[in-house]
Amino acid sequence: MNTETAQHEVSMDDVHDDSHEHPSDGKYIQIAAILGVLTALEVATYFVDIGPALIPALMVLMVVKFFLVVAWFMHLRFDSSLFTKFFVSGLVLATAVYVIALTVSEFWTKG
Amino acid sequence: MSETSTVDQPVVSTTGLSHTKLAMWVFLGSECLLFGALISTYLIYRGQFAHGPAPGDIFDIPFTSVSSFVLLMSSLTMVLALAALQRGDIRNNRLWLLTTALLGSIFIGGQVYEFTTFLREGLGYTTSPFSSAFFTLTGFHGVHVSLGILMLMSLFISSLRGSLRKEHSETVEIIGLYWHFVDIVWIFIFTVIYLVPSPTS
Amino acid sequence: MTATTTVGDVVDQPLGVYTRPTGGTGWRDWVTTVDHKKIGILYGAAALFFFVVGGIEALVIRLQLATPNGTVLGADMYNQVFTMHGVTMIFLAAMPLAAAFANYLIPLQIGARDVAFPRLNALSFWVFLAGGIFINLSWVLGGAPDGGWFGYAPNTGIVYSPSVGMDFYALGLQITGIASLLSSINLTVTVLNMRAPGMTLFKMPVLTWMLLVVQLLLVFAMPVIAVALFLLMFSRLFGARFFDTTVGADPLLWQHLFWIFGHPEVYILVLPAFGIISEVIPTFSRKPIFGYPFMVFSGIAIGFMGWGVWAHHMFTSGIGPISVAAFSLSTMFIAVPTGVKILNWMATMWGGRIKFSAPMLFSIGVVSMFTIGGLSGVTHAISPADTQQTDTYYIIAHFHYVIFGGIIFGLFSGFYFWWPKVFGHMLSEQLGKANFWVMLVGFNLTFGPMHILGLQGMSRRIDTYSPGFGFELWNMVVTIGSFIIALSIVIFVVNVILSAMKARGKPPCGPDPWDARSLEWITPNPTPVHNFDEIPVVESLDEFWHRKYGTDENGRIVRVASAEEVCQTGTATDVHLPSPSFWPMVFAVGLPLVALGLIFNLWLTVPGGSLMVMALYAWVFEPVDDPDAVHDDAAEVANVTEEAPVV
Repeated sequence: MNTETAQHEVSMDDVHDDSHEHPSDGKYIQIAAILGVLTALEVATYFVDIGPALIPALMVLMVVKFFLVVAWFMHLRFDSSLFTKFFVSGLVLATAVYVIALTVSEFWTKG
Repeated sequence: MSETSTVDQPVVSTTGLSHTKLAMWVFLGSECLLFGALISTYLIYRGQFAHGPAPGDIFDIPFTSVSSFVLLMSSLTMVLALAALQRGDIRNNRLWLLTTALLGSIFIGGQVYEFTTFLREGLGYTTSPFSSAFFTLTGFHGVHVSLGILMLMSLFISSLRGSLRKEHSETVEIIGLYWHFVDIVWIFIFTVIYLVPSPTS
Repeated sequence: MTATTTVGDVVDQPLGVYTRPTGGTGWRDWVTTVDHKKIGILYGAAALFFFVVGGIEALVIRLQLATPNGTVLGADMYNQVFTMHGVTMIFLAAMPLAAAFANYLIPLQIGARDVAFPRLNALSFWVFLAGGIFINLSWVLGGAPDGGWFGYAPNTGIVYSPSVGMDFYALGLQITGIASLLSSINLTVTVLNMRAPGMTLFKMPVLTWMLLVVQLLLVFAMPVIAVALFLLMFSRLFGARFFDTTVGADPLLWQHLFWIFGHPEVYILVLPAFGIISEVIPTFSRKPIFGYPFMVFSGIAIGFMGWGVWAHHMFTSGIGPISVAAFSLSTMFIAVPTGVKILNWMATMWGGRIKFSAPMLFSIGVVSMFTIGGLSGVTHAISPADTQQTDTYYIIAHFHYVIFGGIIFGLFSGFYFWWPKVFGHMLSEQLGKANFWVMLVGFNLTFGPMHILGLQGMSRRIDTYSPGFGFELWNMVVTIGSFIIALSIVIFVVNVILSAMKARGKPPCGPDPWDARSLEWITPNPTPVHNFDEIPVVESLDEFWHRKYGTDENGRIVRVASAEEVCQTGTATDVHLPSPSFWPMVFAVGLPLVALGLIFNLWLTVPGGSLMVMALYAWVFEPVDDPDAVHDDAAEVANVTEEAPVV
């Protein structure tokens, strides 16, 4: 957590002139293209039988897409880690609590 | 809610971060718990389709894939809208905002089509625990998207009136965060509800 | 949402946008205020009113149960009264009382002029009030909620609870939930972003830390009950099948969702009280809090661990031995951080020069009474024992010892301690002591015997009991005890009124009446509307204390400055504050209209919804009151800072 004693002054101009911190439009389009490819792969699993690799593959693809949007489009990888902490806290807490609830409800074994 | 600082006023805060942006991230953290509960409820009930249609029978994966792709691309246009405004490019900002709202509307249109099709095929809101859970989860998501579209259109109109300028980038950024979040919830829903094989009757 | 107009666009005012009110005095001031202090007072007044309502509900319960085969209430009415007692006390009294302290004190303890989003703050209050009034309208509009404060579905579905009561429950708690969620985001941003220069997180008072943990718990827990309530609403209003076991619904779904919220909720309820006594005990022991880092970390630990124990409310619901064992273990573990706190409070008092003023008496009451409640809680954690205890009066004993013994005593400690800060005069010390002792006796007479009744087999949630089970004696004692509690509340009210009358026409009490430790006491009493003349620069924990006391060459503590020298005069006149607004209240009025519409007549949702949309639109576009002074609420913090003090 923040232990600095000084107040931070951040001018609106400063934040938005740091071009090295902002991906270019081209970069965003690249990310979108990757997202498109990943989606295509996901949808392909509907048509192509990959056996027991299905669930793991879908989970991996989902997490990668999730991460790309959060890190790049939501700018989280460039922004303050405090934002990341809040978001990840919510995510981790929700996952933990609901996985436990589903477990108690025997979802994994009885569906 | 406070006005964001306007023309060249420094944001002063202990963390150096803007109040509104911090508030939005805190809110998004809380939204994880909201959608998590709805998704969990759906998962518990996906096999409880009573005498009505089962998910495995009724989902149209190719159709939903297209609308999912549309929503995904709207995140791209959203971030392009923000980037444009940060450069001071008001015209393109306006263009991308409108495109984002349009893509979002196409997604909603797709949802409406999907729901009405399901209704015709015998899956109503009160048919079974599965149906109630499905429509509630996707309905909540749809309401979130619709509210996002309203906010985007408000921004678009502000822009037309000349009130949305470079110094207001943060407002667009914050609405963008909300929009992307709604998109990633759908990334989750699309995989877990649609693509993971569902029970059939 | 943030405004998208700039200062230059004030000329361009769309339809429905009015100039901002200028505050002024009287009721207009209170209705449009965005000042955190006034909002805190509003919360406190409303919550105390609801506390009395909930208390009367309790007295009616006790009249019914004083004797076997009671005839004061029929079974149906009993269900309504005990449900509303719980709902009122938890959601309309305890939580808003904590909000009162949080709103009033957080900005002052961190050296800020207001919260991050002042209008949103006002909205939270008005929405809470609207929700509280709405739920209580049920008494006259078809019947109050009757499914218990915990509202278990399927019992509370339309089949088994056909009256409109549970509709009021579901919609009413959604409304109050909105208030809590918005407020929690507001205060989280405030604590993180608006601290005075030099106030690192580990120089914040324990109260502010505990309240921060509470806000974070609210942020993550409120959405869960919101979903539970939505599922209940949709089932009751639209026929959704979430709780229809005849078509395969899970009878435990509600319980899981409710208690995932419900357990963090009890820490949301108690941590503010823990924070309050963590300020009072050091002040009246004339010693710093023992183990400050442990106090902070144990509060954080309680916040975390509170998420992993919820199914201890479901031990007998059929979740199976593995789940029961797991939650039994986690519940035992959560006693540890609270135990740390109890030991630290005691260690703070040990060796201190204790002054047994009214605030201190109540705080010591918390430490002792909460310990008793905590011990019975530990007995519940042992699941085989809980199987005997569950659904009996033993459980009622436990939670009232922690809720009343912990929370209410803590809040009263806070009233007596901070009354001079808020109102500029002290509450009578003699009446305060009487308040405490009568409350302590009444409280223990009421809830102590319930342990016995429970272990003897008296069920909870029953409207009456038959003679011949041996329950008669203790039930009568309990009822007498409850009226003694009522007497203690009367003493408090008399104290409030008499003290106000006595103070009329006299100058306010001087600064720092308690020789306290934290920053809020650097301002004069009552707190001036602008809070600080100059924002203090903070160099240590207990900053205020360290400005008054130093150490001599032998290392002994000596007074280096009087209160008059250290405290501010409150006379600064050029501080710009956030402008008042009517839109928060207007928005709030729309919500119960929508809710009434959903229950009775859909047409009502139209004016309700329109009010909300219009208020939101006007809010977003309403101008800053002073076009020449561009101001950002955060900028107020840096407006005027003092020179770093030469210690």
